[in-house]
Amino acid sequence: MKILVPIKRVADPDNANKIKVAADGQKVTSDGLEWKLNPFDEYAVESALRLNENAKTSEKLGETIVVSIGNKDVGQTMRQALAMGADRGVLVAAEDDQLDSLVVARALKAIVDQEKPDLVLMGKQAVDGDSNTAGQMLAEMLGWPMATFAATIATTDGGKSFVVGREVDTGVLTLKVTGPCVITVDLRIVTPTAVKNGVTPADHPYADGARYASLKGIMAAKKKPIAETDLKTLAVEATPATKYSKFELPPARKGGAVFVASVEELVQKLRTEAKVL
Amino acid sequence: MTDVLVVAELLDGKMRKTTLSAITLAKKIADGTGGKFDVLSIGAGAKAAAAELATYGARKVFATEVAGGYIAEKFAPTVADLATKGAYGVVTATASTYGKDLMPRVGARLSAGVASDVSDVSTEGGKLVYKRPMYAGNVFGYVEVTTKVQVVSARQSEFEAAAPAGAASPIEDVAAVTDAAASRVEFMGLESVKSARPELAEASVVVSGGRALKSAENFKTVLEPLVDAMGAAMGASRAACDAGYVPNDLQVGQTGKVVAPKLYVAVGISGAIQHLAGMKGSKVIVAINKDKEAPIAQVADYFLVGDLFTVIPQLTEEVKKAKAAH
Ligand SMILES: Cc1cc2nc3c(=O)[nH]c(=O)nc-3n(C[C@H](O)[C@H](O)[C@H](O)COP(=O)(O)OP(=O)(O)OC[C@H]3O[C@@H](n4cnc5c(N)ncnc54)[C@H](O)[C@@H]3O)c2cc1C
Ligand SMILES: Nc1ncnc2c1ncn2[C@@H]1O[C@H](COP(=O)(O)O)[C@@H](O)[C@H]1O
Repeated sequence: MKILVPIKRVADPDNANKIKVAADGQKVTSDGLEWKLNPFDEYAVESALRLNENAKTSEKLGETIVVSIGNKDVGQTMRQALAMGADRGVLVAAEDDQLDSLVVARALKAIVDQEKPDLVLMGKQAVDGDSNTAGQMLAEMLGWPMATFAATIATTDGGKSFVVGREVDTGVLTLKVTGPCVITVDLRIVTPTAVKNGVTPADHPYADGARYASLKGIMAAKKKPIAETDLKTLAVEATPATKYSKFELPPARKGGAVFVASVEELVQKLRTEAKVL
Repeated sequence: MTDVLVVAELLDGKMRKTTLSAITLAKKIADGTGGKFDVLSIGAGAKAAAAELATYGARKVFATEVAGGYIAEKFAPTVADLATKGAYGVVTATASTYGKDLMPRVGARLSAGVASDVSDVSTEGGKLVYKRPMYAGNVFGYVEVTTKVQVVSARQSEFEAAAPAGAASPIEDVAAVTDAAASRVEFMGLESVKSARPELAEASVVVSGGRALKSAENFKTVLEPLVDAMGAAMGASRAACDAGYVPNDLQVGQTGKVVAPKLYVAVGISGAIQHLAGMKGSKVIVAINKDKEAPIAQVADYFLVGDLFTVIPQLTEEVKKAKAAH
């Protein structure tokens, strides 16, 4: 099937505590931090590749297209997804301050209208803004059904529908969605048996996590096409509906941990000092 | 003057407590701008749940029966339609997985901007400014929504549960609005692990275990006695959930539940950024770890260096003793 995977680059999430705010509070800066593929988007790429392959024979079953909206440098991040095995890319040039989820969803809709994929598979959340909104907004704009926070996906009805296990607060909620649709993925979608496409043997031993790009994959990625366009060409209304007026760092927790020497001391401190026991 | 529509969350025909945080947000906006707030009870059992929802001081409670389990495609059109008809300035729900799933869809339907998972709102001069955690809680952004209607979800741990107030609100039935997308999605079931312990998001004490617990068995025999002695809810790190030691819905963190209890005890958890994002709003944090350099030290108030397998049974006894003495 044809799968479209929207991807975003984010400042290294494992060092998010090194994010700074400019003195005037007008800007977040991630100087010194590496750009990484948003982890949930990396998982979406992995799940798309699993859906689109017979892992036993390495036969390809469909096309996986990655799309990103942003600064042209995202092309580099996109190569990472292409090196993992995605077939081609679409880069929609835009300035970051033109973007919020509404604009991103509009731009993605324009690409979907052009590409007509069977499935849009994306991360549930970009871990910079932590919004968790673009996928749901895109689905509504397309008039498509959706399944968010997917921990498992199994194709059914000859590949036309998907049975999705969604991780929700109260457990696992299972939906059956018929394509074309939007699925947003959660962490556990990259566990060994989370994605079943009906072709790869159900007991195929996938490694836990997203696949690494092989050297061959990295070489091949250099030749894979990335089409470029921009918001204007796509006739996307590029006015964000949300406007940040200020940023600030959270107040530091007071003065670091007090090391206690024993269980007795801990209990005594929790009772008399912190008064929480 | 901003009127606010709160979308309630129901489970098994009853209001979920999550709803009360969105009501608190709605009250704050309504009080701050001289507006009113209404509540929409939607889903299976909506009419019965409306009676309970009517005790929180809303101008009005709407009830829309929708048979079957929750599906965003069935709810969003009704919410959006009511939002337009009632000329609300803000539509809100709590940012549980329900609110996170539903509200952006409502937003897109209304061509509205969405401020998700907000931790506060200010209403000076009638202008609404939302505060929201970003970058795994390492930055706060202050955001305005510039569209006529604003769609907002409230972080449960940051808005105290609303208390019942005054006379019962009038209840009005509203017909569901349907949409073609709903015909292509089917609710197959909800599988939950029932626990007699308090819910993570509602507990005043949370005890969480990490990878160091090493097995589901150890969670039961080593950690659970402490959890129960403290009357706490049990949480876990992603590593512990992934390893199958506990159900996934106990995960605390950027992608799990966000908690801010009076006391949070992290047992054998290193304190990765993604975990801290879900608990560093706690009032008092205790870390128990054999590595005193573990990053959890950055947020811990008290740190006990030691092997959890010796420390936790002792701590359980001490807590029992301390509780018995008072
Ligand atoms: C996109 C993304 C989202 C994520 N979201 C979350 C999330 O929501 N929540 C979350 O928790 N994680 C999340 N993670 C994972 C996170 O990065 C860490 O991998 C995870 O939190 C580690 O869990 P842990 O602390 O239990 O394990 P470890 O990091 O392995 O730490 C184990 C700790 O136990 C200590 N220890 C070992 N033995 C003992 C003993 N006998 N006694 C006492 N101490 C001992 C060790 O010193 C160590 O500090 C996410 C990761 C990604 C990429
Ligand atoms: N600028 C962007 N370009 C492409 N995809 C994006 C962009 N921003 C967000 N997305 C997608 O939308 C998902 C949810 O993002 P968000 O709503 O911003 O948390 C991400 O995981 C991506 O798949």
